[in-house]
Amino acid sequence: MWSFLANPHRFMGFSRLAVPICFAIGALLIGWSLYNGLMVVPPDEAQGGDLMRAMFTHVPSAWLCMGLYAGLAAASFVWFVWRHELADVAARAIAPIGAGYTALCFVTGAIWGQKGWGQGWHNLILGDSRLMSVLVLFFLFLGYIALRAAMETRQKAAKAGAILAMVGLINVPIIKVSVDLWETTTIHQPSSVIRIGGAPEGAEAEEGQGMNPMYLQQLLWGFGGHGLLASALIFMLMRAEIYSQRSDRLLAARLEES
Amino acid sequence: MKASPAPLSSAFRQALSEAWAGGSGLLLPLGFFAGTAMLIPFSLGSDAELLARIGPGVLWLALALASMVTLERVFQADLQDGALDLWIQSGDSISLIAASKTFAHWLISGLPLVILTPAIGYMLGVPMSEMLPAMLGYAMGGITFFLWGGVAAALAASVARAGLLIAVIALPFYVPAIIFGVRVAEEGLNGVGLPFLGASMLFALGVAPPAMGAALRLAAE
Repeated sequence: MWSFLANPHRFMGFSRLAVPICFAIGALLIGWSLYNGLMVVPPDEAQGGDLMRAMFTHVPSAWLCMGLYAGLAAASFVWFVWRHELADVAARAIAPIGAGYTALCFVTGAIWGQKGWGQGWHNLILGDSRLMSVLVLFFLFLGYIALRAAMETRQKAAKAGAILAMVGLINVPIIKVSVDLWETTTIHQPSSVIRIGGAPEGAEAEEGQGMNPMYLQQLLWGFGGHGLLASALIFMLMRAEIYSQRSDRLLAARLEES
Repeated sequence: MKASPAPLSSAFRQALSEAWAGGSGLLLPLGFFAGTAMLIPFSLGSDAELLARIGPGVLWLALALASMVTLERVFQADLQDGALDLWIQSGDSISLIAASKTFAHWLISGLPLVILTPAIGYMLGVPMSEMLPAMLGYAMGGITFFLWGGVAAALAASVARAGLLIAVIALPFYVPAIIFGVRVAEEGLNGVGLPFLGASMLFALGVAPPAMGAALRLAAE
């Protein structure tokens, strides 16, 4: 499928259809998970009452922003090795969407944590290790965007961006480990969506069963919806970039003729 | 044909002599760190307990800033005066040359903090037992800073006024070294911090030079 889409013409044909479809289904799924998450499911008092409803945006965006950074690095790698122009167009398009999702994850996490963990808003944002790793990820995206913007030519921007994204990706696990080791006051709950091997030590028996399926369902709908929405946005940015490259080429050809 | 000095050693010596050429030598970076230490009690208050606890952390910020300030010009100057093109033509490994230049810059602007640590720490009231671990932390953390900062500087070598750009690119990469380094100072040489800090420094030593080499080749295009 990837080699099929690697041709810009075929990609344009595919994305012409894919963008509206991804938008429509994504909006439906996000709407459904938000409706259920905000209106239908009962609030979990142990997780902050109504504030825990931020989870239905927070968790999908947390999964997505990490996936998007990996996608950025993968696209960079493909461009760096095979010099495939479309891969660079993809990398360029992923960066702002990924930065947006890290910001969304950070903000919803801060809203949820505001009361959920029984702490004041201010000492949570810069005091929680898992939110901090998201913030670092945001700066990785930001540096990538800033570096590309500073380069004079598209080719230079592509190459510098690719080097940075690949160096960044191999650093992400180290940053993650270090921030986890930082352990000031981690108020964030440990990952509770999937819990293999029963309850962690010290947890109550009830918690050991992992997440209530009622919540998990909304999370998965939300993840699917946001994934489709992100794809639609990325495809749109890629289409815009391809159009702008074409117009540049046409303009150059015109100038040569005249 | 007259034998020219090997690019590797000449780049290293050039980086060192540039720092001395200003006439101040090591005095300037020493003054920078001492001046930062002077500002710490003014910005945090004179509570002795607080100073001993937070002061060494502020010096990490000073170290990060010192790496930014010096790295901005490292590769830009080489690009502008043509040295970079000569290195590439010489066939020597650009990665090694870049690493040796980064190391020279760490010697000039990172090492002075390590030298000053006992004095500053004494003034801030840090217990003597924490001094050696703190020095180790600043030394290894500083090398890590300069390597990642060097990658950012090499990527931005062709950009005019790249100072802030280098900072935005490099700062996320500084996170692990700071965290591990602070831990080394807190828990001493037997804790979990030292092996982690050493590992992240070795990792930077392995990954950063090739990335710098690739970025410099790009800048010279």
